[in-house]
Amino acid sequence: MTGTPTQSGPRTLYDKIFDAHIVDRQPDGTCLLYIDRHLVHEVTSPQAFEGLRMTGRKVRAPEKTIAVPDHNVPTTADRVDGIENPEGRAQVAELDKNAREFGVNYYPMNDIRQGIVHIVGPEQGWTLPGMTVVCGDSHTATHGAFGALAHGIGTSEVEHVLATQTLIQKKSKNMKVEITGSLRPGVTAKDITLAVIGKTGTAGGTGHVIEYCGQAIRELSMEGRMTVCNMAIEGGARAGLIAPDEKTFDYVKGRPHAPKGAAWEAAVTWWKTLFSDDDAQWDKVVTIRGEDIEPVVTWGTSPEDVLPIGGTVPAPEDFEGGKVEAARRSLDYMGLTPGMKLTDIKIDSVFIGSCTNGRIEDLRAAAGVLRGKHLAPGVRGMVVPGSGLVRMQAEEEGLDRVFIDAGFDWRLAGCSMCLGMNPDQLAPGERCAATSNRNFEGRMGRGGRTHLMSPVMAAAAGVAGHLVDVREVMAEAPATA
Amino acid sequence: MDKFTTLTGIAAPMPLVNIDTDMIIPKQFLKTIHRSGLGKNLFDEMRYHPDGSENPDFVLNKPAWRESQIIVAGDNFGCGSSREHAPWALLDYGIRAVISTSFADIFYNNCFKNGILPIMLPAEAVEALMKDAENGANARLTVDLESQTVTGADGTAYHFDIDPHRKHCLLNGLDDIGLTMEKARAIAAYETRIAQAQPWV
Repeated sequence: MTGTPTQSGPRTLYDKIFDAHIVDRQPDGTCLLYIDRHLVHEVTSPQAFEGLRMTGRKVRAPEKTIAVPDHNVPTTADRVDGIENPEGRAQVAELDKNAREFGVNYYPMNDIRQGIVHIVGPEQGWTLPGMTVVCGDSHTATHGAFGALAHGIGTSEVEHVLATQTLIQKKSKNMKVEITGSLRPGVTAKDITLAVIGKTGTAGGTGHVIEYCGQAIRELSMEGRMTVCNMAIEGGARAGLIAPDEKTFDYVKGRPHAPKGAAWEAAVTWWKTLFSDDDAQWDKVVTIRGEDIEPVVTWGTSPEDVLPIGGTVPAPEDFEGGKVEAARRSLDYMGLTPGMKLTDIKIDSVFIGSCTNGRIEDLRAAAGVLRGKHLAPGVRGMVVPGSGLVRMQAEEEGLDRVFIDAGFDWRLAGCSMCLGMNPDQLAPGERCAATSNRNFEGRMGRGGRTHLMSPVMAAAAGVAGHLVDVREVMAEAPATA
Repeated sequence: MDKFTTLTGIAAPMPLVNIDTDMIIPKQFLKTIHRSGLGKNLFDEMRYHPDGSENPDFVLNKPAWRESQIIVAGDNFGCGSSREHAPWALLDYGIRAVISTSFADIFYNNCFKNGILPIMLPAEAVEALMKDAENGANARLTVDLESQTVTGADGTAYHFDIDPHRKHCLLNGLDDIGLTMEKARAIAAYETRIAQAQPWV
């Protein structure tokens, strides 16, 4: 059951979902696309709701709109008493007011289901295969892991979707990223997505929707697939997709907003048609052997500044064109010297969390490295579950004890340090091993230095006190209590 | 939204590649619930020292470029977060056009919603215009949306491509929402069809 195809012949998964959502198409190819799920958070929505109010417009489909505060919320237990920062408090209060006034689905700050919008959506079963999902947030790409067409939009478009439940879109190009074979032990979904960006650059996917495929992708859990798709935007692509399979259906089944009974059967029947045809045409193809991917870290201030952990800090002269100056600026900001071994980079802190790596499997993986070990002297650590339910699950499994015993702070759910819009921030010059998604200048706090990596690599760095190959830390016998 | 037709102004050279939206407007300024007033914090961490004083080395703090209305930038301008605060800050400062070899998709899209024209040109053209920009007020650039050209100080005109729908909206200052609302019947028909076929959506 698809709409009028935008082209004849074999189609990609992206083509199929796009076609199925066309409300109107202009002769020049501009389409009006129906939006199935609109996720809303407090930072990019106030001006959009204000626009509705000023024009006397309503939210067209409040039942398809889901609001949750995440960027500004403190992650300390005292947040039940309110947010201290007046501007952050005002922004969360504004979301609270707008959600109630316009009647959209809403998870307030102190609801157990509150969390990072891209973790809450899938957790509650709002995100389903074949859907169009948008949010005023670039990491909306996360939901592509379900075979949903999901991408970030600006605030004007948030207002457009609120008012009309549609978005004006032109077709993007199709890009295939195939990861063949299997990953080696110690290598994770985060390493895949960083390795892809390292290979294609932060503009490599610009103008494209990426479909990730291949054996290594199929072998990932749903949570791993979310990590991969989450960072499609760091590769320049607005959306990343993975075709749904039995793992997807198993993950979705039984969630609060997933279809049930006869609707479930009908849904699965359609979902099984959501794959790229064998002879579909691709505008760009990238292939990486899963066995070739090493645990990686970033050294600079762009997510494309990726190297295997065994590498050395590059010199500006290793690059060409405008990247030479950018690399010089990065090295200066990061306080690194060309030629030094990545494993000689000492860290001050560890951040485990974010919409990239704040799910239960991420916490399990990090705890697996930390069990019976402790943060190196002088290193501070923070674990921020992606949602209240992830936090609860972790506590049921005793993971909170593992983190606390290892010297970490165990926090409430939110975006936390990933973007420093709340009290969790790096100090100037503080160097952090982070599981988040952006190492931009100032992102985690003015002057803060971010090295992106997987949860196991971040945990291992915390134990060693410097960047390290997790496989070496895992090989050591745990300290006896 | 203000119309964009023609613009002759000073261009600020920013050759750095991958200028991201965190650089354009850092996260601490996203706490506003308004669209206006962000211009003073445009490029905040590059423009000001930690004590709040101006960094005299930053291009927009130099006398020749304080009145810039155009930025000529390195590759992949506007990458990163979807924050529309980035174009809002540019607009509030007075920037109406950005010229680069490439833009991140979401930023590019957001510009058009705010009357800013992002212009994509080949590397040689951007290089030539960057040289003009380095001459500040002595080498103003002229952007003409109708003819889709940027004219440099020596009179060389560079033609750029733009989506016809976006051009039409920008030339006339049209609001997308109003245009889409005219298609309410088509939207309702789609919703009726989907409610039957995919009741779970």
